[in-house]
Amino acid sequence: MIPLSWYLILSAALFSIGLFGVLARRNAIAILLGVELMLNAVNINLVAFWRYLDPTVMTGQVFAIIVFAVAAAEVAVGLALVISVYRNRKTVVADELDMMKW
Amino acid sequence: MATETLIWLIPLPPALAFFLIVLFTNKSKALSHTVAVGAAALSWLGSMVVFFRAIGMEHLGEHPFESSIGWLPTGDTWFRIGVLIDPLGAAVLFFVAWTIFMIFLYSVGYQNFGQPKGDHDRMGLPPHGATVTDEHGHKHTVPSVEPMYSRFFAFLGLFAFGMYTLVVSDNLLTMFVGWEIMGLCSYLLIGFWYGKKSARDAAIKAFMTTRIGDVFMLLGISFLYSATGTLSFRAIFTEEVLHVLATTPAFFGLSAAGAIALLLFIGTVGKSAQWPLHVWLPDAMEGPTPVSAMIHAATMVSAGVYAVIRMFPLLTADFTGHGLTTAMSVVAFIGAFTALFSATIAVAQNDIKRVLAYSTISQLGFMIAALGIGAYVAAAFHLITHAFFKALLFLGSGSVIHGMEHGVLHTGDHSVDPQDMFNMGGLRKRMPITFWTFLIGGFALSGFPVITAGFWSKDEILADAWAHHHYTVFIVLAVAAFLTAFYTMRQITLTFLGEARTKEAEHAHETPWTMTVPLMVLAFFAITYGWVGIPEHFPGLGGIVPNWFHDFVGHTLEHVPAAPEFSWIPLLTSLGVALGGLFFGWLVYRNVNSPAEDKLQIPLLKNKWYFDEAYDFLFVKPAYWFSETFVSAWMDKGVIDSILHAFGKVTGWLGSAIRNYIDTPIINEFIGDGTARVAQWFGGRLQPIQTGRIQQYMLASLGVLIIVGGILFSLLVGG
Repeated sequence: MIPLSWYLILSAALFSIGLFGVLARRNAIAILLGVELMLNAVNINLVAFWRYLDPTVMTGQVFAIIVFAVAAAEVAVGLALVISVYRNRKTVVADELDMMKW
Repeated sequence: MATETLIWLIPLPPALAFFLIVLFTNKSKALSHTVAVGAAALSWLGSMVVFFRAIGMEHLGEHPFESSIGWLPTGDTWFRIGVLIDPLGAAVLFFVAWTIFMIFLYSVGYQNFGQPKGDHDRMGLPPHGATVTDEHGHKHTVPSVEPMYSRFFAFLGLFAFGMYTLVVSDNLLTMFVGWEIMGLCSYLLIGFWYGKKSARDAAIKAFMTTRIGDVFMLLGISFLYSATGTLSFRAIFTEEVLHVLATTPAFFGLSAAGAIALLLFIGTVGKSAQWPLHVWLPDAMEGPTPVSAMIHAATMVSAGVYAVIRMFPLLTADFTGHGLTTAMSVVAFIGAFTALFSATIAVAQNDIKRVLAYSTISQLGFMIAALGIGAYVAAAFHLITHAFFKALLFLGSGSVIHGMEHGVLHTGDHSVDPQDMFNMGGLRKRMPITFWTFLIGGFALSGFPVITAGFWSKDEILADAWAHHHYTVFIVLAVAAFLTAFYTMRQITLTFLGEARTKEAEHAHETPWTMTVPLMVLAFFAITYGWVGIPEHFPGLGGIVPNWFHDFVGHTLEHVPAAPEFSWIPLLTSLGVALGGLFFGWLVYRNVNSPAEDKLQIPLLKNKWYFDEAYDFLFVKPAYWFSETFVSAWMDKGVIDSILHAFGKVTGWLGSAIRNYIDTPIINEFIGDGTARVAQWFGGRLQPIQTGRIQQYMLASLGVLIIVGGILFSLLVGG
């Protein structure tokens, strides 16, 4: 059986890619994609720990499903926000969206 | 009804009348006087029933009508108040009821009931007259009704309540309450025409002067209560209590009994206007005449003498029959001195009411002197006869003044003083009823032999003084009696005899029946009341009518005083002074027509021995000086105000110090402005990191996360 650490390394790698995408990409949609990657990295973690530690308790799976739901909702809201911002500012470049500055 | 219940009820109708008038009927003059006179009539009726039941009782002295209730719990016992009618009380109740009733009735006429409303009358001033047009179109000025008619009757009612309370009381406390109610009413009634400054001043003077006496009286009452534990007459006047009081030394060499009696006597000195507190009574003539009659002749001043008669057992508790005690000597001296001294003043007065005022003081002095020498019955007798004839004289003088005011209104010359006897003369033709009744009253006052009441009572005082060898008192009183007859005849001569000296006197008018009927009733008593006290051994007349008064009133005391032995000397003296005084009074004044012709207008007498001036200098001026210079200017404005101002300054200084050195620098600038400035500075420093770029924020939070995570890791795992 594949050891647990492999899954964890995969998960960490996926999380890092997502994090990099969130921090480095300029397009808002790409940032959202990075967020999704990070969420899914967490899901892998949850499921892996469930499987390897105590498969009789369904907590890990349930958590993962809740994260899916939250992620779906989040993407819906996030994309709507991006479209709204685009309509107003004609851009989705994160650097140009500095309305929250003082 | 049981007699005791009836006695309880006697004082109530006038009090009810007072409240009814004040609260409800004030607007209606007719209703108000109906209520007041009706109440007086009810009390009169009750008093008469009680009086006749009292004289029908045998041994009333030992078993008087009495009834009392526990009023104030004092530890285990009760302070009891109640009513008591013993022979003295019954005799006093008789004259009080009659005079009060008559005065109420008289007031209706005196205050011009039924006359039109005055043209310019204002509240607080005597009515000035009203103009009416008769059927022929002629204009007349007629007397106008008193503007505060209802109020007058309300005050009279309250006054009557006070007097009845005083008479029926069985203890000193309720007696004192009645006494003080009368003091208040006398103040209100003397100042009834409060629009006049003289009336206001007189009211205050009367109140203040009597107050001096009342304070001492209250002291006496307290002394008596602390010494005996009771204030009921019947409980005090027992042999044991009196003996204890007589043997307890108090102060100035007086026994407790003497000291208490003297303290109470000072109250009487104030109330009955004896020297040296006599000054208020003549000024009190500012009030309406029925008031003068009621307060200053029949009831209030009599109440003072009544109090001494009541306290007679106390006054004489340590009297052995040989030589007067200190207390008795003081009383006798003040009485005799007052009698003579005010009689001399009365000789030189021209105001018809002032003559009577001084005569009242003088006659009260007779009674006080009689009590001082132990002549109990004689004093009580003179008290009652005097109340009748002096009320008669006052009401008569009111009638004269009323008639004269009629004349003044007729001629319209308001500069003529309707009270000055030199403006009168010849009034016997114009006012016959007033003249005859006044003559009876005057003769009774002078002691005109045999017929009048005044003769019998005054003669009894003189006889008593002679029989007990008090020759000084005898001589002083005899001289005073001579002067009394003299000034009375002067008054009658100037007022009624001869020819009218002014147009006003020519047009004087007899007064309405409400005024003349009381005069006639009182005149009846001024004559007949003397006949109940004719001494048994009086030549010719003695024994025809038994000496009822002496028997009856004498039994109030435990040891009935013996009637003085008959002697020709006091009788001849009394005859001589009365007839001589009357004759000289007529002889001297029959042709005197102006004050300039009056040889007896000596400045000393005219100015009342300068007592007002002396008191002004000794008491009033220092009191003003004390209040203005010392209290107001020095103490209040100087000391107290400067302390207050200093407080103001100190707190002001303290406040500005706190503001300048604590509030402004520390609170405001350091704490308040300082924190704001610090926050602002920090804000300025931190401002650049808020770039608004989400990725920079995330980068920053990642950095923080890594640092915190690293620290935690090294601490928890690595460490």
